[in-house]
Amino acid sequence: MASSAALTPRTWRRPPRIPNPAHRVLLLVAILGYAAVALWTVRIDPARMAEGLGRAGTFFGGVLRPDFTTRWVDIRAGFAESLAMTVVSTAVGLLLAIPLGLGAARNLAPPPIYALCRGLLAVFRAFHEILLAILFVAMFGFGSFAGAATLIVGTIGFLGKLMAESVEEMDRRPVEALTTAGASWLSRVDYGVLPQVMPRVLGLALYRLDINFRESAVIGLVGAGGIGATLTTAFSRYEFESVSAILILIIGMVFVAEVVAGRLRRRLL
Amino acid sequence: MPVLVQSGERVWKRRTSREEWVRYGVLLGVGVVLLAAWASISAVTSWEFVADSPIQLRDLLDRMTPPDAAYARELARPLLDTLHIATLGTVLGVLLALPISFAAALPTTPSRSFVRPLALLLLVASRSVNAIIWALMLVVLLGPGMFSGILAIALRSVGFVGKLVYEAIEEAPLLPVSAIETTGAGRMQALAYGLLPNVLPAIAGVSVYRWEINIREATILGLVGAGGIGMALQASIDALAWSRVSLILLAILGSVVVAEWVSAKVRGGLR
Repeated sequence: MASSAALTPRTWRRPPRIPNPAHRVLLLVAILGYAAVALWTVRIDPARMAEGLGRAGTFFGGVLRPDFTTRWVDIRAGFAESLAMTVVSTAVGLLLAIPLGLGAARNLAPPPIYALCRGLLAVFRAFHEILLAILFVAMFGFGSFAGAATLIVGTIGFLGKLMAESVEEMDRRPVEALTTAGASWLSRVDYGVLPQVMPRVLGLALYRLDINFRESAVIGLVGAGGIGATLTTAFSRYEFESVSAILILIIGMVFVAEVVAGRLRRRLL
Repeated sequence: MPVLVQSGERVWKRRTSREEWVRYGVLLGVGVVLLAAWASISAVTSWEFVADSPIQLRDLLDRMTPPDAAYARELARPLLDTLHIATLGTVLGVLLALPISFAAALPTTPSRSFVRPLALLLLVASRSVNAIIWALMLVVLLGPGMFSGILAIALRSVGFVGKLVYEAIEEAPLLPVSAIETTGAGRMQALAYGLLPNVLPAIAGVSVYRWEINIREATILGLVGAGGIGMALQASIDALAWSRVSLILLAILGSVVVAEWVSAKVRGGLR
């Protein structure tokens, strides 16, 4: 017994994730090499940072004393505009995403329509909302109409893609049964496809409502209205007290929206 | 599913009439809210601008084509900068998110009444503020440049990665942990060997997914001065050099597509 205890080691070590030691070293060298190159290109300017941190007092002094009252009228108007944009763009985006999502499902649409819808959805999702907003502001002028158009495009890209995916994963048997019974394409979709995917799509639309509200705070930076416009104005006037108040309100609303949406989604599913 | 008798015939319906009335009520409510919201947007819209938007669009497209191919050589550097901002920002964000998500997850949190709510609040705060707003604040503090961009990406990523990772921890099976604890292992050893191997794939997948999103986000941070290709975009828009703008947009489209492909490949390999 004593000899076998001496032969077998008493401690156990977890086997390494990458068995080949050469690969392990190579991977580590590659990661460190990239990190070195990437960090080297980040030109940190210590003088500018010292200058900025000197001003940090003013900044944090403002941020730590949120001021809801001075600009309350502007803040309320900005929030109302953001909420209007959010509601309209989510609803319109959902309505437009349904046909596109059906068209982008491989098991439902003929190949040319599938390719067209997939391509459209890919283009809608490729550009950041800010870039879309720049385009729409150039087209429609400043204000919440351009903002709503931006959010609609974003919503279609998001909901359309996820809807197409859930149509592709659905149970095919109800649709086949309807086909056998002689149902038209439209009633096959209405009675066979939509009842299966709509609960999930509506849940995602609720989530998108939340995203659209957060995005509405951003696209105001390039002139597309909403609370983002109020935020940018406060920033450019160095009114950090109002900036802080707006950010606190956004965080609070997102938090509430998340709780409410969570409850609603559990009831839908 | 109710079957109604209407004038001697049996009629099949999907819902009872009570359910139908509730549905119509909800639809009506949604419709009213929608109309009110639309009215408020419509009231501040200059419809003459909207009316001539097709002309504006054609004008814009005319100026954008053909893209200024000679400008491509100057774009390599900003594109690489964008990649670095996204990658370094993601790495930093994941490193910051991991301790917070372990503090937020029910099985691993040190205290349910104090630490967990605090960690959840941190995650929500990070997620509610978009990367470009973080960048706006950081540029004021640290000056324009890539460093502000990296920090902005990191601060925004914390909330996203942290939320998905703490959910993965809560969904992981706890039996391995208690099995290892019964062998006499300490709490940290049990978590390291019983829980971590189960959540590691989720951490890697979420990080790569966030990296893909961050590439897209990093393309616009330059609009507020936080480095990357967005700075070239802002400069070209300010100079009304639309043929350069279209080339930059094509470059952004290309890098987003490549990032999406890489991310899909890596996540497919992780499964």
